[in-house]
Amino acid sequence: MKTQPESKVHERYLRHSKKFPNVWCAGCGIGIVLGAIIRAIDSLSLDKNDVAMISGIGCTGRMPVYVDFNTMHTTHGRAIAFATGLKLARPTMKVIVVMGDGDALAIGGNHFIHAARRNIGLTAIVVNNLTYGMTGGQYSPTTPLGARASTAPYGHIEPSFRIAELAVTAGAPFVARSTVYHVAELQKYIAQAISTQGFSVVEATSYCHTTLGRINRWGRAPDMMRRLKENSVTVQQAEKMSEEEKKAKIIRGILSDRKDIPEYTELYREQIIRQAKGEKA
Amino acid sequence: MSERIEIRLAGTGGQGMILAGIVLADAAIRDGKQVVQTQSYGPEARGGASRAEIIIADGPIHYPKVLDADILLCMSQVACDRYGMMMRRGGLLIVDNNQVSRTPTAYAVQAPITQLAREKTGREITANVVALGVLVGLTGVVSRSSLEAAVRARAPKGTKDMNLEALAAGFEAAQELMQE
Amino acid sequence: MNRVLMQGDEACAEGAIAAGCNFFAGYPITPATEIAEVMAHRLPQQDGVFIQMEDEIASMAAVIGAAVGGARAMTATSGPGFSLMQENIGYAAMAEIPCVIANVQRLGPSTGRPTSPAQGDVMQARWGTHGDHPIIVLCPSSVRESFDLTVKAFEFSERYRTPVILLLDEIIGHMREGVELPADKTTLNVKREQTLVPPEWYKPFENLATDVPPLIPFGEGYRYHITGLHHDERGYPTDKVDEVEAWTARVYSKIKQALSEVLLYEENGIKQADTLVVAYGISARSARHAVEMARNRGRRVGFLKLQTLWPFPEEVIEQAAERIHRIIVPEMNLGQLALEVERVAGRRKVRRVNRADGEVIKPEQILSAIEGMR
Repeated sequence: MKTQPESKVHERYLRHSKKFPNVWCAGCGIGIVLGAIIRAIDSLSLDKNDVAMISGIGCTGRMPVYVDFNTMHTTHGRAIAFATGLKLARPTMKVIVVMGDGDALAIGGNHFIHAARRNIGLTAIVVNNLTYGMTGGQYSPTTPLGARASTAPYGHIEPSFRIAELAVTAGAPFVARSTVYHVAELQKYIAQAISTQGFSVVEATSYCHTTLGRINRWGRAPDMMRRLKENSVTVQQAEKMSEEEKKAKIIRGILSDRKDIPEYTELYREQIIRQAKGEKA
Repeated sequence: MSERIEIRLAGTGGQGMILAGIVLADAAIRDGKQVVQTQSYGPEARGGASRAEIIIADGPIHYPKVLDADILLCMSQVACDRYGMMMRRGGLLIVDNNQVSRTPTAYAVQAPITQLAREKTGREITANVVALGVLVGLTGVVSRSSLEAAVRARAPKGTKDMNLEALAAGFEAAQELMQE
Repeated sequence: MNRVLMQGDEACAEGAIAAGCNFFAGYPITPATEIAEVMAHRLPQQDGVFIQMEDEIASMAAVIGAAVGGARAMTATSGPGFSLMQENIGYAAMAEIPCVIANVQRLGPSTGRPTSPAQGDVMQARWGTHGDHPIIVLCPSSVRESFDLTVKAFEFSERYRTPVILLLDEIIGHMREGVELPADKTTLNVKREQTLVPPEWYKPFENLATDVPPLIPFGEGYRYHITGLHHDERGYPTDKVDEVEAWTARVYSKIKQALSEVLLYEENGIKQADTLVVAYGISARSARHAVEMARNRGRRVGFLKLQTLWPFPEEVIEQAAERIHRIIVPEMNLGQLALEVERVAGRRKVRRVNRADGEVIKPEQILSAIEGMR
């Protein structure tokens, strides 16, 4: 166990050459997720040179620039595809992909499910704030039914994706969900995800008080944070609930932890390259 | 510009016209000639129009497509209707008379290519190689030994002997046609 | 003699492997699929990686990711896929990531005629992604050139830290010719430049005199940031006009400094000519045929084959056309590179010969343009 005070841990992983403050609003959950990622990496004693953080576009997309890893801020929705190339070129690298809900599931939804199906060794951390925050509160694939958004002034009529469940169905061997309120739990899941050989997903449920929260009069950041606490249940608690009851809840916990699916880059080396070389010889 | 011989092999998708073109081009290389082989086909793997074009010359070949065919092989009525007139004056038209009943000129060489393939190899699919035997037997655009080597190199696994038989049947048919 | 019958797409793949390509990501599309098929077979034989991604957007992204990881990376596609790749090609231009994109052109727009050739993507290759950026575009007109220019594409991409686009077309890609490839391919292997500075001094976008700061792969101890945002020398996002302007100036300058290396072309019989035919790719084959026909009829026709289309070889055209009265530009589109030729032609007459119906321009069409011009 690390005994260093938390602030010192962050200091060792933040970039001192990058000017702060960051781009996020005061009270935003993204910084909490970043803190959890940093502490998770520290708890695993990883060499910073062997860690890459790749992001797409949006508020969460701005995360990598602050941390002292190999970092890449790519195009909207495509972070997983960029990361796939990097992982194939550097299979020993720990490649962490950070995305928002719009980035990962709307424009990038195809890459998300295919990475899960392929089981390539990336860790996808989806900060789910239910909206497009950077552009001002438009509806995303996880905006709740009936909520108002800047592009849903009459109320939202599309059902949501359940990110973690989608990842399980698509084949990801490790999938967990927590919230930015449950920081210690979130950190633990992220550490487990990074330790997974294959494609791992952590959904970090968050909120956007600046856009969607304001439009819907859901209160300020502390109010929305409180709602994460009150509205979430563990997987175990959820098992005792009816489908109707579960619908309104954020279900926290590990939804999948399988060891039986081979990781892609390993499989490629063991099967494809071995066969190709055998054929050539 | 050095003399160029333009050959067009036209048929239906699945008849192996493009593979025949590749084999012929390969043979020309083995003869030390310059060669360009192009193809044209529709989206379907079977059926639809399909054609291969081969230009053989001693010197550089610039324009890679057939301008006026010196040799035209038609393995379907549609191909014959479409390309039958697109030939150099005095060019050679070869048709598979199992597939083609109308030709635009009376000078067409008629050979029962599909029938020969069926009789000699038991497989109609070798008709493209029978056709090559007929074409090269009549024209000598490439040497027989190079063509045989190309067939050996390009025939799908396990079909080498069958294709060589088909080729021999084609050459034999050409011999008979020339005697007529 | 070791002359073999080889297809253009195959030669492109073999050229890539000779240049040291060890990563390919792509998505099937006619008439570029053969490049992917050869790569799927050949790359793992040399410890390389082939992956078929879920679409062309992902393919281009994976290529960039692999290049950042240190791979010599490429993809291959055709019109519709090339359109999908544009955003990430822009990312590669912005982040200065070396990579190669082969676009085997087919008749467009849209799905067009998938099995028919065209040269309709000349402007898209230059300007398909948004914003001002330099790019290098090479265009082979034979199977052998498909090999050679693919090697060049990797060389240029690494040396100048830029995406390089190869514009083949359906005929060049699917055509088979006898080629004799270099027996010793080790000299063709392209290496990436290293840095001499320690990690704490390294600036991945430094404004060096050469204009090309070395790109150190991720994972080698140089931790830095890459972004598609305008950025400073360290790679951090910037809104400062002087930093944005410095980047733009540098990336344009790095290609300008390299013009003598990058501009590839072949001239034939220009000194005595009064008429010049400027052509590229498949149309250069028709044009050369027509030039021979015209010369046989006593015409004084020069021939200029462009292998580099972008940056546009202005000075090459100007020099070649010094004593020329008429310039003919045949291309399988409705006039794309002709616009550039016209721009530098001055008072010389420029005649376009165009076809955009999926059929190769016939030598007679170019011949009649040569003979019809006064």
